[in-house]
Amino acid sequence: MAKIKGLKCRECKKEYPAEPLHVCEFCFGPLEVNYNYNEIREALSRDTITQGPKSLWRYAALLPVEGPPTVGLHGGLTPMVKADRLARALGLDALYLKNDTVNHPTLSFKDRVVAVALTRAKELGFDTVACASTGNLANSVSAHAAQAGLNCYVFIPSDLEAAKILGNLIYKPRVVAVEGNYDDVNRLCSEIASEYSWAFVNINIRPYYAEGSKTLAYETAEQLGWRSPDHVVVPIASGSLLTKIWKGLKEFEQLELIPHVKTRVSGAQAEGCSPVAEAFKVKRDFIKPVKPKTIAKSLAIGNPADGYYALKTVKETGGSIETADDPEIVDGITLLAETEGIFAETAGGVTVAVLKKLVQQGKIRKGDVTVAYITGHGLKTQEAVMQAVGEPVRIQPSLTSFEQTVKNLKRRND
Amino acid sequence: MASMKVHITFPEGKIKEPVIYQIGQKYKVITNIRRADVTEKTGWVDLELTGDPKEIERAVEGLKKMGVIVDPIERNIIE
Repeated sequence: MAKIKGLKCRECKKEYPAEPLHVCEFCFGPLEVNYNYNEIREALSRDTITQGPKSLWRYAALLPVEGPPTVGLHGGLTPMVKADRLARALGLDALYLKNDTVNHPTLSFKDRVVAVALTRAKELGFDTVACASTGNLANSVSAHAAQAGLNCYVFIPSDLEAAKILGNLIYKPRVVAVEGNYDDVNRLCSEIASEYSWAFVNINIRPYYAEGSKTLAYETAEQLGWRSPDHVVVPIASGSLLTKIWKGLKEFEQLELIPHVKTRVSGAQAEGCSPVAEAFKVKRDFIKPVKPKTIAKSLAIGNPADGYYALKTVKETGGSIETADDPEIVDGITLLAETEGIFAETAGGVTVAVLKKLVQQGKIRKGDVTVAYITGHGLKTQEAVMQAVGEPVRIQPSLTSFEQTVKNLKRRND
Repeated sequence: MASMKVHITFPEGKIKEPVIYQIGQKYKVITNIRRADVTEKTGWVDLELTGDPKEIERAVEGLKKMGVIVDPIERNIIE
């Protein structure tokens, strides 16, 4: 029997073949990949993993592809940084940062999900891939499609800033700027996905695409020496990343690759777009959509597809969800850069700011082995920190001028 | 005949209004609730609308005018 049994509804459990489907026709619940774990268990061990490729594909046995990987061969296996200086600043003993700012090829965790989605899309016979995105997802789909020789359509709202479009156009996808507001673009893409036989990565390929996020959990466990951390802090946009990190840890436990998992999973949202945090705070079971208003654009999803599941995961694991406002996000980015030399995009600022709050609130204990997920590079959102980084010190081209400036700087620091 | 799957959310204050009945009366669409979670104050419904594509379009606009939030069944797709 193959390792993929098919797809299964997360709500009513009805089973479907492993095709480009994403919604249960009976209850309209989301579909998820259904694995044959007995088969996987026989083929997978710590040794087979460590002898595998130095990329996310070392975990191919737990990913929803049938053949060898064909797209995104160098994604994943990013550094797990022991962040001692940041830990000291926050009052923690054992803090690690999973540094996806250096993911290949487009410097965000989206390179994981897109590598899996496009490999699966090729297996399913698609020659055209598509996505609706204002940032990291579009970058990653465009770059991977270019490398794979696939046709690529990227849908964006027409008022998106020029700099963000450039990061896509360089890879020569077809960028379609839709006249209309965010909701119009959103709805149009849903309709296009149902009309055209394209691999729309986060619509009809979503069950496969989302599984790529599990590799962050696998790498976490392996890089920590085959154990799960006490606490993880994960940014929440659609909610998929958080739920898949938990799923990945539980799969490793089920396959006896790591001991019993007691990890508490906490979520981080920007205050200007915090529908999941709000539901958590008021103890509501479902997510009320919001209109995003935050500098953390990569987390600005007002009606997140997996918000309900993220909320459920946080509650079940004894975690928490906190928010960070715009100044706190900027402070988080600069603190991370100054202490660990990592320049994160705004989502990273949200994660660091929330990590700080959870420590202050005693929700993360000093001795907890904690992992925070830094999901994208700061060069993508430079405008957010433009006002916070200061100016260079200007001097005359003489040693006297330099020495005087050094003296002044020292005096100021004293 | 076409069909569309939508996720609708009721803001507080709208939960008592029979909006699904109303659009079924006002437009030529068949409404079919597949999943829902409704409390005394708020709630959501996953709904299938079947009918002529233009009539579905009008029904969706009608729902929005009644003050409920209408999203595709996938919720927010733009990431």
